[in-house]
Amino acid sequence: MRVVLAEDLHLLREGLVHLLRAHGFDVVAAVESGPDLLEALIRDRPDVAVVDVRLPPTFTDEGLQAALAARERIPGLPILVLSQHVEQLYARELLADGSGGIGYLLKDRVFNGEQFVDAVRRVAAGGTAMDPEVIAKLLASNARNEPLSRLTPRERDVLELMAEGRSNAAIGQRLYLSESAVGKHTAGIFTKLGLVPSDDDNRRVLAVLAFLNRR
Amino acid sequence: MDLKRLGTAGGETLKALARGTALLCVAVLGQMVAAVMLLAATLSFGLGLVFLFPPAVRLTRATTRLERRLAREWSGVKIEEPYQPAPLPPVPQADGWYRDGRNLYKTPRIPAFNRRLKWMTTDPATWRDFAYLLIGFWSGGLLAGAPALFVLFGLGGGMVRFTEVGTAYVEWGNWHSGLLWAGLALITAPWVAPWGVRMHGQIANSLLAPTEKARLARRVDHLARTRGEVVDSQAAELRRIERDLHDGAQARLVAIGMTIGAAEQLVDSDPNAAKALLTKAREASVTALHELRQVVRGIHPPVLAERGLGDAVRALALDSPLRTHVTVDLPGRPPVPVESAAYFAISELLANAVRHGDATEAWIDISQRGGNLRISVTDDGQGGADPARGTGLSGIERRIAAFDGVLALNSPPGGPTTAVVELPLGTVPVPVPTWRSVTIAVGWTLCWLPLFPQGLVPMVFKILDVREKSWFLALHLPEPFQWPVIAGMIVLGGSLFTAAAVLTAQQKRAEEGACG
Repeated sequence: MRVVLAEDLHLLREGLVHLLRAHGFDVVAAVESGPDLLEALIRDRPDVAVVDVRLPPTFTDEGLQAALAARERIPGLPILVLSQHVEQLYARELLADGSGGIGYLLKDRVFNGEQFVDAVRRVAAGGTAMDPEVIAKLLASNARNEPLSRLTPRERDVLELMAEGRSNAAIGQRLYLSESAVGKHTAGIFTKLGLVPSDDDNRRVLAVLAFLNRR
Repeated sequence: MDLKRLGTAGGETLKALARGTALLCVAVLGQMVAAVMLLAATLSFGLGLVFLFPPAVRLTRATTRLERRLAREWSGVKIEEPYQPAPLPPVPQADGWYRDGRNLYKTPRIPAFNRRLKWMTTDPATWRDFAYLLIGFWSGGLLAGAPALFVLFGLGGGMVRFTEVGTAYVEWGNWHSGLLWAGLALITAPWVAPWGVRMHGQIANSLLAPTEKARLARRVDHLARTRGEVVDSQAAELRRIERDLHDGAQARLVAIGMTIGAAEQLVDSDPNAAKALLTKAREASVTALHELRQVVRGIHPPVLAERGLGDAVRALALDSPLRTHVTVDLPGRPPVPVESAAYFAISELLANAVRHGDATEAWIDISQRGGNLRISVTDDGQGGADPARGTGLSGIERRIAAFDGVLALNSPPGGPTTAVVELPLGTVPVPVPTWRSVTIAVGWTLCWLPLFPQGLVPMVFKILDVREKSWFLALHLPEPFQWPVIAGMIVLGGSLFTAAAVLTAQQKRAEEGACG
């Protein structure tokens, strides 16, 4: 699987290259600035890109802008964005085209190599990987949302993990539930939120995220 | 020209006439207050009845305050208060006595009085106020009230003649000329009356506005106070950050270091335990990062640095449990410190709405008005917010005071609450220097005199060879001087007019420049 990596901190960049190579990824380019990133994305057309939000030369949201620009040129280009802080605003912008293949994680998540690589794979396959902190913020700002308050605590747990982009099997593993039990919970959630159920994992996640972003 | 416009013009003229007359009445009142002040000053400095002085000064200030208000509302001339800040109340010594010079007092009454007296007598604004009340009637007052006076005396004089009641002191001529004056005054009123009201404001500005020195003194006082507050609040902020780092991230890093050290020792003898310790260290590092993020957010939110005020406030709105609508209309990015102050003000106002207001919906509007950044935050909560009670609101006030910003709060019980914050984007515009407003006032007030009665009218008389000399100075002079004096008068009047017009235009441009 071919990866383009953008990170301006030398140590972290080397660490990520090492981690991804150890898990069998082919890192075709490891760049350190916004313009280089855009060029590499257009030129190499990777299977997935791992991008830091803040990059030289302006040290603002250079990486995010380059990623969004590249997705406009290559629709559905899978991108995993890393940042020191997460903002609902950025999550919204990334999800805006509704086509999936988006990841948005805190940089801390790379400490757990297995989970991080799992997220990269999920994004490359067109899925989503949202940081638990983004989901927590989304739920907090939806605190007065009427349909959400009708969910049972268990359904809420399932909803959180589902919004992060995990499959039924992964959710079951996390919550020590059988896959069919998770399936029952998700059906319950969809009914209570008034969403159309879907068998496709990715489309299901996007529907949930769209619901939470509906403000 | 349609009737409606004519009607509006008539209304404007009537309004100006009424205002001019009212200004004349206030000027008459000013004359009386000036007499009181003169009496009080004589008695207090001549006979030592100093207790009379402060009330007289208070009366004077109340009158000039009224004049300033009228100048602002009617003449469109904004006049700042020129007074020095009031003295602080005396503080007792360690033994409970109050010292005033070489005397000691048991109660603060006399030292406080002495301070107030000194404050009033040494402030030049006190004497400028007095001077204005003395001459205000004879310049601005008569000018503004001229149309009404002409009508009154013209008709009055005419009536007196007409009814043959008496001729004792109304020697204005016969009733024909009385009516002529009144008619002339009425016909010219649409131009003269508003002009008189405007001029009144200019003349008031020349004496009632602070001198450059007084303005600077006030400014220094304001800056010293706000700087003190800024230094205090920044020190408190730094202490808070230090505490957060010390108790949070720093302590965790120590723990992580120790855990890794322990794992290092165990790695050969008990690899499983070492692995468990390393997992713990990793989890602690995640927590440390989380805490650092909180601290960074409190110093300068990353999204503000990355995207600017508009998007930072949108991000704030998304995180808020209220349904928040954000409208941003800014031509560019404001200076970074202003952006930061604005962001924290909005953040605090929004948090207030959530905490106290019981609100469900909020509207944030950010725009640029004149040279100011204008922010309004409205919520549909319970209202009844009071800056005197909550520390949050006074905190905002202190924070924006450093930028000369102001907070206006409208929060009736039952809601809705609207808070408006205005922050200047650049430096504060410097008011017109006094010499300029004096020139403008003198120019506009006097230019007609040499130009018409002493210049153009004698010229016409001379050309038409009219015998009448009236009060035209040039016609009373020997023949060879007549033409030069007429020409000189016209030039003098013309240059007064030009100077006044040019300076007024410059002032207008400067004001527009300062706003735009």
